[in-house]
Amino acid sequence: MWQLAPALFIAAAALPLPAGAEYADVVINRRAEREGVRPVVFPHWFHRVRYQCRVCHHELGFKMRAGANDVLMADIIDGKFCGMCHNNDIAWGPERCELCHSGKPGLKSRIYGGHETLGPGRW
Amino acid sequence: MSWSRRSATPASTSPAKARAARGALAALLVAFAAGAPAQWQPLAKDGIHDPASPALEVLQEPREALSRLPPDNAGNRVDWMRALEEGAIAPRSTLYRDTEVRTLDTDILLNLKGGTPLVRFPHRSHTQWLDCSSCHEQLFKSQAGANRLSMLAILQGEQCGVCHGAVAFPLTECRRCHNTPRPAAVRY
Repeated sequence: MWQLAPALFIAAAALPLPAGAEYADVVINRRAEREGVRPVVFPHWFHRVRYQCRVCHHELGFKMRAGANDVLMADIIDGKFCGMCHNNDIAWGPERCELCHSGKPGLKSRIYGGHETLGPGRW
Repeated sequence: MSWSRRSATPASTSPAKARAARGALAALLVAFAAGAPAQWQPLAKDGIHDPASPALEVLQEPREALSRLPPDNAGNRVDWMRALEEGAIAPRSTLYRDTEVRTLDTDILLNLKGGTPLVRFPHRSHTQWLDCSSCHEQLFKSQAGANRLSMLAILQGEQCGVCHGAVAFPLTECRRCHNTPRPAAVRY
């Protein structure tokens, strides 16, 4: 057993510490990296300070299941989904790629932020 | 490296060494657990933003926004209902002028036959954020008593678990939903 200890130590040191993402942060990397940009980080906390859930999940048509919304940049540029606000009027426009595409390369699409159950993070 | 050479020598596991190894492993696990996320981490250290991204110069830090709001002990560490009711935040309810904002102030008692305290479900707090169509009819039928609720399903992200555990207070907060004592006189 003790011969394994150094190996275990190195393995543990190499493991990333648990992410400190904010509760309900969503990473969207369905195509981003394949298309050569960073994954998208969507922070629920920032948006819910300013908008009730119903604005995005009722008026804009975002389904309430991570992974259920297949949003293309073309939709956003057309003013759908994120593009309802991210239009240089209410919030920054779609040409400011890096402000949304700000995630760490290699991240999987799901809800982050230490949710205590796995359910809603199911993709 | 020295440790790899040492591990190549014949195994000799005395009880003392085994104990020491177990101790070291336990210490490691404790250290790992202590590395659990602190609240309101800077974006550059939150594990999901790329520290090299130019966005970090523009995006608001969670601490700046959330530390000013009524505190809570779970989720974002913000009591979002209090934040709303006390006017600490005033989130916009619609984008379009003609969208109807539907609210309802009816409580529903749930879990009538369970062993845990009853659930008093408040439509009011839910409709201060959400529209009826967010839950009805695809998650819950509108008729009281018509829904088969299950903690197992909820823990798997169905029913209440679509939001609770992801964006609304997490499922570790049992008593916030199971909030109504079961009258001793109730017989089934």
